[in-house]
Amino acid sequence: MPKVIIKLENDISTDDIYPGRFMATVLPTETPQFAFFDRTEFNAQLKAKTFPAGSIIVGGENFGCGSSREQACSTLKGHEVAVVAKSISRIFLQNSINLGLQVVICPGIEASEGDELEITADQVFNKTTGKAFAQVKLPAARKGIMDAGGLIPYTRARLMAKQA
Amino acid sequence: MGMTVVEKILARAAGLPSVKVGDVVEPQVDLAMSHENAALVINQFQEVFQGTGLAPKVWDPSKIAIIFDHRVPAESPKTATNHKKIRDFVKANGITKFHDVRGDVGGICHQILPEYGYVRPGFVVLGTDSHTTSHGALGAFSFGVGATEMASAWALGIAVNIEVPATIKVVVKGEFPPMVGPKDLILHLIGKLTAQGANFKVLEFHGETIRKMSTSGRIAICNMSVEAGATSGIVPGDEETVRYLREEAGVTEAIPCVTPDADAAYVQTVEIDVSNLAPQIACPHMVDNVKPIDQVLGTKIQQIVIGSCTNGRLDDLEQAADILRGKKVAEGTRMLVFPASSKIFAKALDKGLIHDLMKAGAVVMNSGCGPCLGVHEGALGDGETALSTTNRNFKGRMGNPTGFVYLCSPAVAAASAITGVITDPRNSN
Repeated sequence: MPKVIIKLENDISTDDIYPGRFMATVLPTETPQFAFFDRTEFNAQLKAKTFPAGSIIVGGENFGCGSSREQACSTLKGHEVAVVAKSISRIFLQNSINLGLQVVICPGIEASEGDELEITADQVFNKTTGKAFAQVKLPAARKGIMDAGGLIPYTRARLMAKQA
Repeated sequence: MGMTVVEKILARAAGLPSVKVGDVVEPQVDLAMSHENAALVINQFQEVFQGTGLAPKVWDPSKIAIIFDHRVPAESPKTATNHKKIRDFVKANGITKFHDVRGDVGGICHQILPEYGYVRPGFVVLGTDSHTTSHGALGAFSFGVGATEMASAWALGIAVNIEVPATIKVVVKGEFPPMVGPKDLILHLIGKLTAQGANFKVLEFHGETIRKMSTSGRIAICNMSVEAGATSGIVPGDEETVRYLREEAGVTEAIPCVTPDADAAYVQTVEIDVSNLAPQIACPHMVDNVKPIDQVLGTKIQQIVIGSCTNGRLDDLEQAADILRGKKVAEGTRMLVFPASSKIFAKALDKGLIHDLMKAGAVVMNSGCGPCLGVHEGALGDGETALSTTNRNFKGRMGNPTGFVYLCSPAVAAASAITGVITDPRNSN
């Protein structure tokens, strides 16, 4: 079962996730090296692939606030982590859906580093503490993009439908 | 039930008689803006067309604007190569609203769009920059998106799956005291709402103070609306909007304005009286950590920054020059000034403001995003503190995770440059 690999405070900005000084690097294949760059130890662990795919970052309120830089999502997607946060800033949430980064809004989440979390369709179950927390459902309007596997395939399908 | 400004704009752009909060709509895009991150948009855009057998072609090159501002002139071969790639794309696709690294028509995207009349009241504007909220100052519904969402708009000409946002009505009354202005108002509002208080919502600005405010001031407040999490800030178009577009942007076509219905529904109303507002300071490391200036007076500052899309316009430079004329920047403090556009830079030169600022000891840099996001120039040393008229003070924002950034108005920045510590401009002369 996936574990919590880091627990972060409120208002984690996209500058924190992907510092501005690396913004000239844009390709999703190249961004993962700079994830949480200024949290030196965590960045080193991510780069060393210490964590199995599906590992979870737990955030507080307003996760992903600030800049619209999509690198903040592609960098996390590249490490195949998921984000569970109390609330998520609009642009970061939309970018995550567009790129297929798993994000879960869970206002009551209580979890510590090392806890095992089970993410189901409508809740997050902390197996370590035995407590379950309700998810806020993502807007239904986003379902089409998620079902298509992200905004690129979704747009491609819409484009083809337009031609037909 | 009546509609808010944004509801009206979305209904028109989606071809619907009316919309309400929560409806999912797909508005036609009137303007799609990107800066250097167009390099990523181009990559995503080309990926959309992969395997379709269709040639990658933007839906309407006349509705795309690309402005180089984040790293100008290029600070690295990587950026220069991104610039080159974008230039080639611009040429191949016939994109005309393109502003290269130039001393005549260059500048920061959020200044160039209004300055050249690219944004009009009632427009739907998408930008791959969170501060795209700025253009609500001209009565447009203008919001930030990621690069892939922009690639989708370039391909389809619509914003897909937009949920009609709820609107918070902000009513501002009273006259600003001397040395207090729009920046203090928006910092105060962000402190009140918190950094996520308007997440997924629109801030619609009303009241006598807003009606009397210049477009420059309105840009500052809409620019920073995103710091309360807002999808967009918006000032319904009015006489000042029309004046600005005619006189300053040279627009000759009709400029119809969109205003909200009297019975429009708001999720919340916030009232602010600015008559007794003190200069406001956003303290490290969050924009909603806002305090009246008296709580932080005397804080030692190594770097003063005046400029950016928030406060790099002519009135901002003028206020700074008025305060600094004949004075000197304190020893141990450095002062950086970067005008929001080349046009503003040229006007400031003509008025002698650049001379005044330089004579005081300020370093005047070319227009661009400069030190604001720590990617290019004006980085902080370990443990250093900056006082800046920009819009963000996140940890590491000015290029150094051990630095501290305080945000303020141009008046506070200029007064503090003379003393080297945070200084109340109301008490200095």
